Amino acid sequence: MITVERLTRKYGAFTAVDDISFVCQPGRVTGFLGPNGAGKTTTMRVMVGLTPPTSGSVTIGGHHYHDIPNPGRHVGVLLDASAQHGGRSGREVLELGAMTMGLPKTRVDEMLELVSLTPQEAKRRLRNYSLGMKQRLGIAHALLGDPSVLILDEPANGLDPAGIRWMRGLLRGYAERGGTVLLSSHLLHEVEQIADEMILIGHGKIVAQGDKKSLLAGAAGGGASSFVTALDNEALAAALKAKGLTVASAGDGLRVEAETVEIGRTALESNVVLTDLRPADGGLEDLFLELTSETQREGLA
Amino acid sequence: MSMNSMAAPGLGHALDLSGTSPTPFSRLVRTELRKTWDTRAGLWLLICTALLTAAVMVIQLAVVVVQDLVVSYNDFLTSTNFSIGLLLPVIGILLVTSEWSQRTAMVTFSLEPHRGRVILAKLVVGLLLGIAAVVIALGLAAICNLLLNGMSDLGGAWDLSLEQTAYFVLLQEIGMLTGFAFAALLLNSPAAIVLYMVYQFVLPTIFGIGGALIGWFEDLKPWIDFGASQTPMFDGTGMTGEDWAHFAVSGFIWLVIPLVIGVRRVLTAEVK
Repeated sequence: MITVERLTRKYGAFTAVDDISFVCQPGRVTGFLGPNGAGKTTTMRVMVGLTPPTSGSVTIGGHHYHDIPNPGRHVGVLLDASAQHGGRSGREVLELGAMTMGLPKTRVDEMLELVSLTPQEAKRRLRNYSLGMKQRLGIAHALLGDPSVLILDEPANGLDPAGIRWMRGLLRGYAERGGTVLLSSHLLHEVEQIADEMILIGHGKIVAQGDKKSLLAGAAGGGASSFVTALDNEALAAALKAKGLTVASAGDGLRVEAETVEIGRTALESNVVLTDLRPADGGLEDLFLELTSETQREGLA
Repeated sequence: MSMNSMAAPGLGHALDLSGTSPTPFSRLVRTELRKTWDTRAGLWLLICTALLTAAVMVIQLAVVVVQDLVVSYNDFLTSTNFSIGLLLPVIGILLVTSEWSQRTAMVTFSLEPHRGRVILAKLVVGLLLGIAAVVIALGLAAICNLLLNGMSDLGGAWDLSLEQTAYFVLLQEIGMLTGFAFAALLLNSPAAIVLYMVYQFVLPTIFGIGGALIGWFEDLKPWIDFGASQTPMFDGTGMTGEDWAHFAVSGFIWLVIPLVIGVRRVLTAEVK
């Protein structure tokens, strides 16, 4: 279990992480989601003591990271897969880790096999690795000490679709065996499929957290929206507006800020034939962009 | 994928730390030692240091034999000023800075968050490499002196006293430590190497000029010129009480202060 309590990290006048609190539960994958520069990496670096917090604290299983003896045996960390010596082979990187943690060399072979790096690939120097291979190696390094907590920063970055699927299975299985997983991403689709719990962060602040369902339920101030297409869009739009609903044209049809049932009823009342009616399921993506919009570099269209 | 390799991680909300002992210091030292030679660059730096030491002595031997000069075992050792005297500090620098330039400090310090222990382990590795360099230099100098005795009737005396051997070890370790201190201060390989070279080659000249032009500086110079304070250790005159005082004061300025500031910096710096 990872417990973040009122954590703040300032760099001069800039506040990278602004008074955030959350908990990552064992047996669950927690996704840490936010645009670039939202404070995800800073938060994770504070967790493992690489960055001192300005205020607040993080404990892992009730302990400060600094107080965990041989922490690699308890907490698996992957903060930057590229932060390795380019002149070392993949195997050497793992062997150094195993040596520090006091693990047998067989553990290195097991981990290489687990992340599907072949013996030939393991012999290559890191400067010849693709980002995807570095990520696999980084995950192997994080898992070396058979930890019960995993902290992974952008682990899917650089993995091909098959690799992302593999990692999803790996982390899911890990959590099902009782492990705590925190992984960050700026890509919603990556996290959406793996995470049981999501923490959305923007501008150093947590803007929403919960499982997918509760996030969607609470989305956009509770107002649902739908896409509708009718034989006579103008007539339908007029009828909907007459009810005080917000209507905008979207593609061949309309986007209406209302539940589908409301639109169906309006269509029935005004004798308009519908050809398509469905909830606008941009869902999490919309939510994500909306919640973090103030912090997005690109303005929302 | 072997399932048993991923045995169920500890359940429950609290981490049970009772079964884990802290990483022993000896293991940190072994790991840090391995890091000095497990890359091509690191390995070749060590090999080149040994090769250069041999090359300088062989050149010295050739010149001595051709020109009928009189040299001794101790003179062969003095030639290491141009080999290990030069490269040991660089090894000391890279011990520290490679972690920052290659960003491996992130991994190192997540596996051992007590950074002081890591720095200490690196320092021990540096000192061990210094001893290794001394042993190699003593061996090479012995070979050269043997060869000299075989090739020429002049010189070749075995004149190394225990005291001078101790000085020799001290000199090499100081070189290593100075590099280490500059590296911790700057955490950047090129900058630390440049600073060391300036300290080693430019500063003595400046001190010399300063001493010649400014009267009071000439009196101050022995107390701040760390390099010059070590001269009696290898020129055969031996260290007097005053020499040791100069050595201690200038060493405090050039070795202890950078080391303390540098280590403090490493201990508190944000590791990126």
